[in-house]
Amino acid sequence: MSDTLGTDMVSGRQSQGTPRAGDADGSASPASPRAAARRRGRAMMRLEIAFLSGPAIIMFLAFVIFPVALAAYYGFYRWHGYGPPTEWVGFNNYKLILEDPAFHDVMKHTFMILGLSLVVQGPLAIAMALLLNQKIRGRSAIRVLIFVPYIISEVIVGTGWSLMLPESGALNGLLSNAGLGFLGADWLADPDLAIWTLLGIITWKYIGFAVILMLAGLQSIPDELFEAAAIDGASYWQIQRRITLPLLGPTIRIWAFLSIIGSLQLFDLVYIIWGPDVAGIAGTSTMAIYMDAQGRSAGNYGYGSAIAVVMFLISLVVALIYQRFVLRRDLRGAVTEGTNR
Amino acid sequence: MSVTTAGSRIPRAEGGGTNRRGDAGKPDTWGSPVTYFVSLMLIGACVAPVIYIVIGGFRTNSQITTSPAGLPDPWVVSNYTDVLRSSQFWGQFANSVMVALASTLGIVVLGLMVSFVIARYDFRLKGAMYSLFAAGLMFPLVIAITPLYIIVKELGLHDNLLGVIIPQIAFGLPTTVIILVPFLRAIPNEIEEAAAIDGTSRLGFFFRMVIPLSLPGVVTVSILAFIGSWNNYVLPLYILNSTANYTLPLGVQAFASQWSTDTAKVLAFTSLAMLPALIFFAVFEKRIVGGLTGAVKG
Repeated sequence: MSDTLGTDMVSGRQSQGTPRAGDADGSASPASPRAAARRRGRAMMRLEIAFLSGPAIIMFLAFVIFPVALAAYYGFYRWHGYGPPTEWVGFNNYKLILEDPAFHDVMKHTFMILGLSLVVQGPLAIAMALLLNQKIRGRSAIRVLIFVPYIISEVIVGTGWSLMLPESGALNGLLSNAGLGFLGADWLADPDLAIWTLLGIITWKYIGFAVILMLAGLQSIPDELFEAAAIDGASYWQIQRRITLPLLGPTIRIWAFLSIIGSLQLFDLVYIIWGPDVAGIAGTSTMAIYMDAQGRSAGNYGYGSAIAVVMFLISLVVALIYQRFVLRRDLRGAVTEGTNR
Repeated sequence: MSVTTAGSRIPRAEGGGTNRRGDAGKPDTWGSPVTYFVSLMLIGACVAPVIYIVIGGFRTNSQITTSPAGLPDPWVVSNYTDVLRSSQFWGQFANSVMVALASTLGIVVLGLMVSFVIARYDFRLKGAMYSLFAAGLMFPLVIAITPLYIIVKELGLHDNLLGVIIPQIAFGLPTTVIILVPFLRAIPNEIEEAAAIDGTSRLGFFFRMVIPLSLPGVVTVSILAFIGSWNNYVLPLYILNSTANYTLPLGVQAFASQWSTDTAKVLAFTSLAMLPALIFFAVFEKRIVGGLTGAVKG
């Protein structure tokens, strides 16, 4: 970077000294060999850029951007996956989605999970981070253990919980051993309960990630602020409310963004614990589950792709609104920091 | 403002130095028993299900049926030894290792190259390139999965481990670029200038200086890529068809439905399948946690 900056400065000085000489590159001015070398250098640089960034960009375009574009294309067809799509139906698939009660259901579930995840996990993670930020023995061990559910794959979490939560499972057994048998329930199959069970599992699985982020945010707050507040006689809760929470803002906003995007594409856990068919009955089906059921399982690739596009648009709109109104300050800071470096 | 008030108060605070130290230690002594208790509860809630899976593998099915939440009595190891002796487990284990290693290698090599360009070259499309990969964070795999499956099938990679590896590399690039670019920017210009004066080309600088200097970032990215690949479920679910090609997550699910009446065996298989990720995490725990927090801050 400094290299090109240097040459730019040199060329700037040159054009200042001999006005318009820089434009006439072909003229036999004494600067011309150097200009040629510079041109050769630029060509070399272009080659290097192409060589270094080409593979990654081609991969990314071919396997990330292109599939999404392809989904948009398939979304305009009625297509069952054999041969190229031919039956153009325009926006019919999208009209069907708007009228499809099953899609309304899965959308409702998805947004319920999205909202409740924020409401439940956010305060809980902040509280846990405040707790673990104190100087206690074994703090690092606690942090590691809280992160364990996040490291384990969704399949294992799903398989494990689906063995623990049935009516004759370990949770009900534990409750009755503790004399709380009346609290036992059919956690997975009861349609009134299943989505709350799912929410509980999601919280269990992802809270560690939120806590680790919040802890990092807490540690980036300078100690002097707490000391100053303590000297001014602020109580522990006053300090948390007036100093910690506002300064934790950027971390909370980024966590919330990641959580929203994660909720919108929730698939693995539901697919493994309930499976695509039972999820519909138990009331835990999500948009991604429905997309999979329509596309791969039922073979309605056109309709499934249209659902994928709707999911993508929802994610995009949420992301844009979020960036526009919530993240703007944080990102601006990040960008300016980046250019300063 | 707070700085000035703090400044004006400091002499007084230093006058009563013990008082100040007492303030700092106050929440510690005050909160201790409660803090420990709540922390222990939290850890219990986080770890108990995992422990249940591991211990459940040491029981028999009749033990599990009669007392779902009990301890093994007596301890049985046959579930674990059965799984460890099965070629199915080891075949899927090998597939998972291969896919994870190849994906990680691809993500790191391609990601490092493109991050180097974004971080240290000056050209017009630099910002656009960064935004392209940053936007990639908003393209989750699940949304693209159906067309991706069709593309992979067209390429003849259906039911082939390469059909999982290649898309995984592509989807791993955004996180990698976002973590590595600040790392590469932070390499002082003086080093690059010194290398240039010594006659090293920029590519030479990349191979001789950048790769060793960015090693901590590379390690972080590798760990994230490896665990991401190890745990990936959707992509193998769509691409891999035959049991012989399954990765462990698919294997766990197939095993669970195949042996749905043999809960103890499923628990044993499940805990053996999560063990590698847990060991990996235990070894690299500092890097993983540090990498995640660094990614958010950077």
